Amino acid sequence: MRLTPEEVEHVALLGRLKLTEEERARFTTQLNSILEYFEQLQQIDTTGVPPMSHAVAITNVFREDEPQPALTPDEALQNAPDRDNDYFRVPRVIE
Amino acid sequence: MSAPLYELTAHELSDLLGRKEVSARELVAAMYARIAEVDAELHSYVLLTRDVAEQQATEVDENRARGEALPPLAGIPIGLKDIFCTKGIETTCCSNILRGFVPPYDAGVVERCRENGLVFLGKTNMDEFAMGSSTENSARGYSRNPWNLEKVPGGSSGGSAAAIAASEAIVALGTDTGGSIRQPASLCGVVGLKPTYGRVSRYGVVAYASSLDQVGPIVKDVRDCALMLNMLCGHDARDATSINLPTPDYTQSLVTDLKGLRVGLVKEFMEYQGVGVEAEVGSAVRAAVDKLQELGAECEEVSLPNLNYSIPVYYIIAPAEASSNLARYDGVQYGHRTAHADDIIAMYTKTRDEGFGAEVKRRIMLGTYALSAGYYDAYYIKAGQVRTLIRRDFDRAFERCDLLVGPVSPTVAFGIGERTDDPVAMYLSDVCTIPVNLGGLPGMSIPCGFSSDGLPIGLHLVGKTLGEETMLRAAYAYEQSTDFHHRRAHPIPRVDGRRRAVSRA
Repeated sequence: MRLTPEEVEHVALLGRLKLTEEERARFTTQLNSILEYFEQLQQIDTTGVPPMSHAVAITNVFREDEPQPALTPDEALQNAPDRDNDYFRVPRVIE
Repeated sequence: MSAPLYELTAHELSDLLGRKEVSARELVAAMYARIAEVDAELHSYVLLTRDVAEQQATEVDENRARGEALPPLAGIPIGLKDIFCTKGIETTCCSNILRGFVPPYDAGVVERCRENGLVFLGKTNMDEFAMGSSTENSARGYSRNPWNLEKVPGGSSGGSAAAIAASEAIVALGTDTGGSIRQPASLCGVVGLKPTYGRVSRYGVVAYASSLDQVGPIVKDVRDCALMLNMLCGHDARDATSINLPTPDYTQSLVTDLKGLRVGLVKEFMEYQGVGVEAEVGSAVRAAVDKLQELGAECEEVSLPNLNYSIPVYYIIAPAEASSNLARYDGVQYGHRTAHADDIIAMYTKTRDEGFGAEVKRRIMLGTYALSAGYYDAYYIKAGQVRTLIRRDFDRAFERCDLLVGPVSPTVAFGIGERTDDPVAMYLSDVCTIPVNLGGLPGMSIPCGFSSDGLPIGLHLVGKTLGEETMLRAAYAYEQSTDFHHRRAHPIPRVDGRRRAVSRA
């Protein structure tokens, strides 16, 4: 067993997920069987092989720093779950 | 004309519309009548946009009446996967966390569809956030396979593929991260193409795994595929991975001579880690290779041994990228927010718990773990290194071959519910398609037969980087020498004028 239920709980918090008791048990079993399946990669010799992060070799794409049309505040806020004038409202962050 | 309008291809309809034998409005009416007839059972669509479609069709008809020269796809009805942002039209990615989200802008490809006069029938069903191979992970319920209602249509673009197979749309758009265009196209017996990574803009497409995602068409035949690519491909400065090269006219590749084309049948597509594909799938693919040879191609078997590690590589890289991409769903700017939270962390975690389905949570967990301190090198870096080896295998094969072929899916469409309890079994559905995304290469599924119980089988064509033209040439030549693409699914046979009842699991 690679992952204990406590570690699953910790990973869930890192991913900002709240698991029920039942989900924690199920994910512990399933994630362990998936991780076990991943073990096969360790057999491959990758000494000196660079990791591929992208399918096309491109470097940073820059543009001129010129103003472009953008969403209006109303458009940007039209889907807000909670709004106060031109702001997104969230629970208090700083005590 | 004997066949009903909804069964025709886009290029056939384009001719009829151009000659004013049919109006775009008539075509819209025919499409919604067809949808009304079959979609209660199939559930290809999660949203119908009839008002939008009628307005778009009216504009096309008016422009044509004024004598304007219109693009070839003007007036053609399209189904859009629910992953594309559509201005003013709800876009949910079939997730509860995006319920009610109405984008204030169009995706780049949606803009192109509007500019070309396509008519938006609605949003099609998909696995939540494109994570799945059957549509069973959709928060809106699964779709059915038009060829057999007890089978899945494949996924994640299963709604788009089912809609094309059942003549509920003339053309459709999908996205493909690990096979999500090609696998459902194969399981539904239609044509689906994933272009080279970067060929089509992803601006405004809900992101899943950004080093793999690509947009492409799902259509009825290869000519329609070329017409769609002509419209979709091209640079978009708003997508930093967009390739800045001119778009060729892909219809120029539709020739029937394959003389001199070097084709490689990929051993690892035919058997993954020593386990062979279903017998009927294997023999249909071998027969297709024989046909390519008859048409002038030179065929040989090639081996790409590192493809045997595609599944673990993909299921580390894709969830890692997804865990980062999906961090944006936090209940602040759009989408669902929990009603039960006093502090900010509880708001995030409860919002995400209520909004995400099981497979999405599983992949966020996997990705978060693979990227976490102490495991990053063992999982993420290792997977990236093996990805390099897979890409090198492809490069080596393309020194000998112009095109690689094999099956798209190791099996025909599987039963609804059959693989939902076993994530690894579901992941193996994409064993032939995933390596192509890892390599960033173009890939395509075209119909190449039917199993003894009447389920479609797809032939997989894989091109070099920007090798879409070679793929289309082979696909067209093959298609024109067969009749699989003329067959249409009739999902709801009428018995004595009454619909056959279908059980809902």
